[in-house]
Amino acid sequence: MAKKQSFFTSLSAGRLVVIGVPYFWFLLLAAIPLLIVLKISLSEMESTSISHMIDWSHGWPRLTLNFGSYQFLATDSLYFKTYLSSIKYAAITTLLCLVIGYPFAYYMARSPKHMQPTLLMLIMLPFWTSFLLRIYAWKTLLVSNGVINNILISLHVIDTPIEMMNNSFSLLLGMVYSYLPFMILPLYANLSKMDMRYLEAAADLGTSPFKAFWLITVPLSKAGIIAGSMLVFIPAVGEYVIPELLGGSSTLMIGRVLWDEFFSNNDWPMASAVAVVMILLILVPMGVYNKAQAEQMEGK
Amino acid sequence: MNSASNKIFAKAWMAIVYLFLYLPIITLVVFSFNDSKLVTVWSHASFRWYAALAKDSDLISAVLLSLEIAGLSALMSVFFGTFTAFALNRYKRFHGRTLLTSMSSMPLVMPDVIVGLSLLLMIVSVQNWLGFPERGLFTILLGHALLGTAYAAVVVTSRLREMDSKLDEASMDLGCKPMQVFTLVTFPLLVPALVSAFLLTFTLSFDDVVLSSFLSGPGYSTMPMVIFSRARLGLNPTINAVATVTIAVVTIAVIASSFYTSQQERKRKREEAQAYSNSNK
Repeated sequence: MAKKQSFFTSLSAGRLVVIGVPYFWFLLLAAIPLLIVLKISLSEMESTSISHMIDWSHGWPRLTLNFGSYQFLATDSLYFKTYLSSIKYAAITTLLCLVIGYPFAYYMARSPKHMQPTLLMLIMLPFWTSFLLRIYAWKTLLVSNGVINNILISLHVIDTPIEMMNNSFSLLLGMVYSYLPFMILPLYANLSKMDMRYLEAAADLGTSPFKAFWLITVPLSKAGIIAGSMLVFIPAVGEYVIPELLGGSSTLMIGRVLWDEFFSNNDWPMASAVAVVMILLILVPMGVYNKAQAEQMEGK
Repeated sequence: MNSASNKIFAKAWMAIVYLFLYLPIITLVVFSFNDSKLVTVWSHASFRWYAALAKDSDLISAVLLSLEIAGLSALMSVFFGTFTAFALNRYKRFHGRTLLTSMSSMPLVMPDVIVGLSLLLMIVSVQNWLGFPERGLFTILLGHALLGTAYAAVVVTSRLREMDSKLDEASMDLGCKPMQVFTLVTFPLLVPALVSAFLLTFTLSFDDVVLSSFLSGPGYSTMPMVIFSRARLGLNPTINAVATVTIAVVTIAVIASSFYTSQQERKRKREEAQAYSNSNK
């Protein structure tokens, strides 16, 4: 025990460095930038620098807050509609990923043990190739003179090309495609660790496999379902690249609004206000995710 | 429920999902060898677009810039990610641990547009205050390193968790100083995780378009930025060619690294088994 004591005391300088370095790094690049976003969302367009916001005329520093951007957000119904539509698309994407990914992860976890590393690698491999290029590839597949329509026409299945691009179909397809591995991986991690004896016990007691699945497998994989759903839902709400390349102008997504406020309108306070409201929307699912992760770690 | 038909259904389901995942990649590769100017209509095989790619100086310089940024940011990510993993795994109690946990998982879940916007606004504030940094390579690097650190921390953490802390304790009992424990025991065991963290964060950086667009300055276009701006305008066969080249490189790298990792793992298991059998003699 004495040795351990000296180990920790001798490491106190090391401890300071080991904790201090990542702390400084994330404070500078993650926490402070978010506070700056909050600050700029409360300033006027001409005075986005922090020194402009502090009013010294009373002899002491006073922060001047401007809620103009938020008022505009609240009054222009387009923003509300866009937030709603982003949540809708993210929720549908999450649901589709779950419906496709759960059986997949389940079958993968039940595959022969020696096959599983290969099956897993085949899921990860597309993930390693550029996401942007894969989305672009869908564009070449889906456009009206695209690969799918050309094949269907040459096989005489259809006469006129099907409209598959620049609508909610292509948007959802691209989102499900991109986020599916994020659903499958946590589900697989969870399902492959499950104790099969529960299912054997249920079978011995006369439970049908179907019933056992809903009463045992699904509840036991709750943590995986939550982790996967949050990993899909949260980034999907703010997705920019997929709606820009596949969604067309008719699909409303808040990530694009933020981008346009910033790059086209150069309205930094407005872009920041859009971001702050988006963060508030994500905060609840993020809390759910963190809680589920913490519970799973304690359960181990 | 019949188990034979169940099995067929399982296999069919998996096959369809794999097809769905690989269909766009296959199309990219196949149509990169298409001679036609129309990306989606097959005429006959040729290397025409590879020749066009070789002459496309904009795209080539963008690829070089992306490689540079990806290499540097992956190094930074592994460095800071390892620190983060150690801080969170080796010290279970310190003030603000929860804050560090949530800050380090923030870039993983936060939409890219928010990370990009917040970093840019921070950099502009610092610029107003100190007069630097100029937007360009360095600022893109910061963004990618932030994102990469979060991912690298996850990879290193999972390795640290499965590592036997008895080995550390044993080497301390044998008189190793804390620094020696790290360099002689912990670090060699961590190398496979550091390699996979490097590859992962390299790929993330090489793939990023949103953070780069926010953080880059005039004259600094990464490969994804060039591809994105062309893809927005329409379809372009040169993109297929560059895609095929990157897919080939990535596939070779992933297979080589997984081969390396499994070999390392086997070597380590063998050595451990040998050590245990020696100690039991």
